[in-house]
Amino acid sequence: MALFQISEPGEAPIPHARRRAIGIDLGTTNSLVATMRSGLAVVLPDEDGRPLVPSIVRYCDNGVDVGFAAMAHQADDPQNTIVSVKRLMGRGLADLSDARRFPYRFVDGPGMVRIGTRAGVKSPVEISAEILRALRMRAEASLDGPIDGAVVTVPAYFDDAQRQATKDAATLAGLPILRLLNEPTAAAVAYGLDNAAEGIYAVYDLGGGTFDISILKLSRGVFEVLATNGDSALGGDDFDHRIFCWALETAGLPPPTPADARLLLMRAREAKEMLTGHDEAPLRATLSDGTKLDLALTKETFTSITQTLVGKTLQPVKRALRDAGLAPTDVKGVVLVGGATRMPQIRRAVATFFGQPPLTNLNPDEVVALGAAVQANKLAGNREKNDDWLLLDVIPLSLGLETMGGLTEKIIPRNSTIPVTRAQEFTTFKDGQTAMAIHVVQGEREKVADCRSLARFELRGIPPLAAGAARIRVTFDVDADGLLAVAAREQTTGVESTITVKPSYGLSDSEIARMLRDSFTHAGDDMMARAQAEARVDAEQIVAATQSALAVDAELLTASERAHIDAALAGVKSQIAGGDHRALRAAIAALNDATGEFAARRMDRSVQAALSGKRIDALS
Amino acid sequence: MIDFSRNHFELFGLPERFRFDAERLDEAYRKLQGDVHPDRFAAGSDQEKRIALQSSARVNEAYRALRDPVLRAQYLLELHGIEAMAETDTRLPLDFLERQLERREEADAAVDARDSRALAAISDAVRADAAEIETMLAQALDEEHAYDAALMPVRELKFLSKLEDDLDAMQGDLDD
Repeated sequence: MALFQISEPGEAPIPHARRRAIGIDLGTTNSLVATMRSGLAVVLPDEDGRPLVPSIVRYCDNGVDVGFAAMAHQADDPQNTIVSVKRLMGRGLADLSDARRFPYRFVDGPGMVRIGTRAGVKSPVEISAEILRALRMRAEASLDGPIDGAVVTVPAYFDDAQRQATKDAATLAGLPILRLLNEPTAAAVAYGLDNAAEGIYAVYDLGGGTFDISILKLSRGVFEVLATNGDSALGGDDFDHRIFCWALETAGLPPPTPADARLLLMRAREAKEMLTGHDEAPLRATLSDGTKLDLALTKETFTSITQTLVGKTLQPVKRALRDAGLAPTDVKGVVLVGGATRMPQIRRAVATFFGQPPLTNLNPDEVVALGAAVQANKLAGNREKNDDWLLLDVIPLSLGLETMGGLTEKIIPRNSTIPVTRAQEFTTFKDGQTAMAIHVVQGEREKVADCRSLARFELRGIPPLAAGAARIRVTFDVDADGLLAVAAREQTTGVESTITVKPSYGLSDSEIARMLRDSFTHAGDDMMARAQAEARVDAEQIVAATQSALAVDAELLTASERAHIDAALAGVKSQIAGGDHRALRAAIAALNDATGEFAARRMDRSVQAALSGKRIDALS
Repeated sequence: MIDFSRNHFELFGLPERFRFDAERLDEAYRKLQGDVHPDRFAAGSDQEKRIALQSSARVNEAYRALRDPVLRAQYLLELHGIEAMAETDTRLPLDFLERQLERREEADAAVDARDSRALAAISDAVRADAAEIETMLAQALDEEHAYDAALMPVRELKFLSKLEDDLDAMQGDLDD
C-alpha cells in the first residue's frame, strides 16, 4: 500500500495500528471475552449488555446455538444441549468418575471421550470451539475487525492433555492464539496491576468445575508463581450435585430421567445462588411424570452437606503452601476467583485457614478474562503505560517416564518454572537391544498406572551393544504454554526419534485438519465473514489515506490522473458494502495501482520540504 | 539472546562462590528473564520465538542450579572437574548413613503414632545438620579451594536434602 509510506514521524499512519488483542476465559459454566480500551481492560458484552456467555452448546436441527439460546433448552433437549464440556476436555470415558451424572450419549474410543448428538458425534474440542467461535464473533463485531491475537485461560491444574485440547479448540475456532494462561495467574495480574500489590499472594479459584490454588510472589512488576495445586474435577457443579442428591433423598424419589435430572440440577443451582444472600431457599419442580417437588433448603443444611467439598479444597491449599515453603501467615492477601467463591461457607473456610478475610474488591466472574486481556494486549505488542511487567509461571504436575517395574522416573518436577528443558540418560537392559519403548507420564504418584499417560513412542535403530552400554538421552521441553515435547536420541550413533506429546488423549494433527475441513463446509459462511471483515478493514484504511492525501496534495495530479484515482476510489467504496471479499480485494489492488505514481510524487515533495532550510553540513 | 557458552555464575554476573547473596541472584534472574522471556517475543518471528524459548529455559535452569545449595555445591565441583554424583561411586561415611537410617525409623514411628511434633523435631535436627555442612562447605570451597575435600560433604548434603523433602511430605500427609 504505497500511500501508507507517507506519514509524519511519530504519527501512526493507520488509524487502527493497534492490534486487536483479546483475553478469553473459557469457563465450565460461563465464558467471557475482554480487551484493552484506553488503557483499561473491559469485558465485551453482547447486544443485550450481558457480559457472560453460558458455556452451553446446543446442536439444533438447523445449526448450533451457543449461550443463552442453548441454555433455554437444557431441560427439554438434554442430550443435544451440552453443558460443562470443560470437564470432558482431554479426558477418556474411563477418567470420568462422574460420567453417570451427565445425560449425554457418550461414545468411547481411543483417547478423548466423544458425545453423540443429532448433528453427529462431537468431541469436547469441537464443542468448546463453538463457544470460542461465538466469543470471537462477539469480539470481532465489537472491535470492528478480525482478531490479531488471543490469550485463552486454562485452570492452572490442567494437565498436558487438557491444555492441548484447549489449544486445539482455539485453533478450530479460528483464533490466532498467543498464549495459554493459567486462570489464577491471570487473576493475579489483573489484581496486582490494579492495586500495585507487593508480597506473597494466594489466588483461590473455585470455578464451575475446577479448583486451583496458586501462590505468587509479586515484586516490582514480576509475577512469580511459587507453587500451584488443585483439583481439575471439583467446582461449583459439585455443590449443585450435592443439593440435587439431597433433594432426591429428602423427597424419596427414584433416579430421575435425563430431562428431570437437568431440571433438578438447574433448580439446585438457583437454590445455591440464593443462599449466598438468604438463610433459606425454595426448591420447587414439576417432574415429567407429574410429581411435584416442594422443598426448602436452609443455609445450615447446605453448609453441612457440602462440608466435605469445602474441605477438599483446603488440602491442595496446604500442599501448595508446603511446596512454596511457606506458612498461611506468610500470605499477605487472598484473592478469590470464580463464581463459586461467593458461597459464604467458602469465604469462611478461607478466612479461617489464612487468618484473614479474603480480598473481595474485584468481580470473581470477570477478573480472569480481564487479566487475560491485559496479557494478550502486551503479547500482541500494543504499548501501554506501566507495561514493563513479567510473568513467571510453573507446570502444575511432574512429568516423567516409565521405568522398569511400572515405576515413574520424574524428569521435570511439579512447580518448575516454565519454559524448562531437562534431559536424562537411560541405557539398555538387554544385550543386543535395538529398540526402546518410551512412555511419557504426568503426575505425582510412584506407579505409572496412577499417573496420566501422555504418549508412547519407540526409539529404534539402537546399535546392538552389551546391556548398559548404549546411552539414550531423553529430553523434555516445556514451552511457555506449559505444553510438553519429548525427544529421544541414542548418543553414540545419533539416531533420533522425536515426538510432540499430544496423542492418546489429545487429538492428532490429522484429526484437527479433518475438523477444520468440517467446520469449513458446515460453517463456510464463518470463514467468508472473516475474510470479508479483514478486507473491509484494509479497504477503509486505504480509502481514508487516499482521501486525506488528495485533500493535501491534489495539485500534484493532472485532471486525468485525478479522474483515474477517483474512479478507483469509488470502486473500492462500492465493494465495501457488498459481501464479496475477492471483489473487494481486487478493487483495493486497483486503487493501490492508481495511486502509486501519486505516492511517489508526494514522497519527493516531502523529502524536499524536509531538506529545504537546512544547511548541507547539518545533513551529513 | 544470551551467551550459551557462559557458565551459570557468569550468566548472572556473580562470583563463583558457594556462599553468596541470594537476593542478588534473584535480582539478576528477574532482569535476565525480563530480557529473554518468550512473552516479549510472542508477536515476533518463529526464529525469535525459538531463541526466546531456549534462552529463557537456560536462564531458568541456571537459576535453579544456583538457588539450591546442594545443586550449587555440585555445580562448583563440576566446574573444577569433579563429578559429585557419579553413578559408579555413591560412597558415604558409615556413621552418617547409620544416623540417617535411625532418623528414618524414628520418622516412620512418629507417622504411625500420628505424632506431628515428633516428626517436626526430626526435621529440625536434619535441617541443623544441613546448616552445619553448608558452613563447612563454604569454608572448603570459598576459602581453602579444597574441592576434593568437599566431595563427601556435598554428598551428605544431598542425602539430607532428600531426607528433608521426604519428612516434609510425611508431615503433609499427617496434616491432611
